[in-house]
Amino acid sequence: MSTALLYSFGGILLIGVALHRLVLTTDLLRRVVALNVFAAGIASLLIAAAYRGPEAAADPVPHAFVLTGIVVLVSTTAAALALIRRLDDLERSVDHDT
Amino acid sequence: MLLWLVFDLVLIGAIVWLAWAALAARDGFEMIVLFMVLGLFVALAWVRLQAPDVALAEAAVGSGITGALLLKTWRHRRGRAAGDAAADARPSRALGFGVMGLVTVLTGMLAAVLVLIPRPAPSLAETVFANLAVSGVDNPVTAVLLNFRAYDTLLEVVVLFAVVVVVWLLGDAEADRRAPRLGSIFFGFARLVLPVMVLIAGYLLWLGGFAPGGAFQAGAVLGAVGIVLLLGRLYTPTAADRLPARLVFGLGTVGFAGAGLATLALGNAFLGYPPEAAKTWILVIEAMLTVSIAATLAGLFFGAAPSGRPTRESDR
Amino acid sequence: MTPLEILAIGILFAGLGFFVAGTVGMLRFPDVFSRLHALTKADNLGLALIALGTALLTADTSVTLKLMLIWFFVVLASATSGHLIARHALRSGQGS
Repeated sequence: MSTALLYSFGGILLIGVALHRLVLTTDLLRRVVALNVFAAGIASLLIAAAYRGPEAAADPVPHAFVLTGIVVLVSTTAAALALIRRLDDLERSVDHDT
Repeated sequence: MLLWLVFDLVLIGAIVWLAWAALAARDGFEMIVLFMVLGLFVALAWVRLQAPDVALAEAAVGSGITGALLLKTWRHRRGRAAGDAAADARPSRALGFGVMGLVTVLTGMLAAVLVLIPRPAPSLAETVFANLAVSGVDNPVTAVLLNFRAYDTLLEVVVLFAVVVVVWLLGDAEADRRAPRLGSIFFGFARLVLPVMVLIAGYLLWLGGFAPGGAFQAGAVLGAVGIVLLLGRLYTPTAADRLPARLVFGLGTVGFAGAGLATLALGNAFLGYPPEAAKTWILVIEAMLTVSIAATLAGLFFGAAPSGRPTRESDR
Repeated sequence: MTPLEILAIGILFAGLGFFVAGTVGMLRFPDVFSRLHALTKADNLGLALIALGTALLTADTSVTLKLMLIWFFVVLASATSGHLIARHALRSGQGS
């Protein structure tokens, strides 16, 4: 079995684990972490697809995709976390009022 | 070769186990720490797959900066069982099995597709390598990001800018005023290490032209400098810092788009640099991006528009 | 294999031994402070040995210098973060 295929299966397992927790958990912070793991799985698939053996240089185009993806992911995560903190503050003030 | 197979299997096993352990951890703090370790192992796997540029970004951004953001949110919610599995609503048995079945079917289909698609997959790699000489840089990933597909990277910088606007609108600067003092040993460490980190960021930026590195990795390292400054309260932003911060956040988008307009004015395509000066164009754009990305990441970590008045040294 | 390579591989394995010892200490010791003690000390020496072994294998001055710098900063960072964790544990009473 080729190295690329092996790491692709690893990426698929990451996607599976993340999807399972993403659907079942009700905790918002855990959902954000699951989304990040999901993205790591997809990125692993792309990186494995770019691998062309130990001798040849890897395909740089999927690498550029993944680099862009990492930065967009950290942006999305930051926005989601800001929403979580905001929601938390609002719940706190509601608890305080009643 | 057998040795490599053993290495691959152990590494992949560790990655999948870490993902499972992180997402199943009972404690929110444990979940975040395991997730950060997972990021480092994923980066190791990508080095193995000859993707050092991406591995650097994953270790610095995907593991480091994301981990810092998660920990900040965890601390903000502490006392409300944030991230704790114990606080999770337990799914019913039927739902658990149903989801497990669906996930199995989906991953099975993905695996089947991977086995069945023709190899080698169609690729633009040859086109990239053939045109590398006119791109101005020797690192093919930088060539794709800053030259061949520079338009995509411009939009990515716009996403970062939009997110920092959202985060600053939502956040409450007063909520996180109670950061702990970290003591004199940390202070000495910061004094010694922070200047070196700035130097490393510059080195990574320069390196991106011909070796693994570039604006995003350099921006992440420089952003980490900002996070350490904020964490150690070596720098506390005040309301007066809003305008300069906004200008630096916008620098990446405005500078990149401005470069695009300048190329149009020169009679080239949008972001089509003159080939003989391409390296200079790319480095100038990357330098602006690095500063802007670093400030944006630190701004995302701060999480709100700063509101306080400047404090006197004696108040600290 | 040249004698130098054998020496380098021996040093690498010695470094691995320290990492294993540090990890076992972290898993087996009862409280935060003794765990930190096991981890920071053993890992710093382990990393030093691994950096030394790798430097012998590459026999390249610039790579050796970079390895030394990496080791130096990891030691600084691990000492500082160990101190911060211990300090936090002491103040919040989670030490034992």
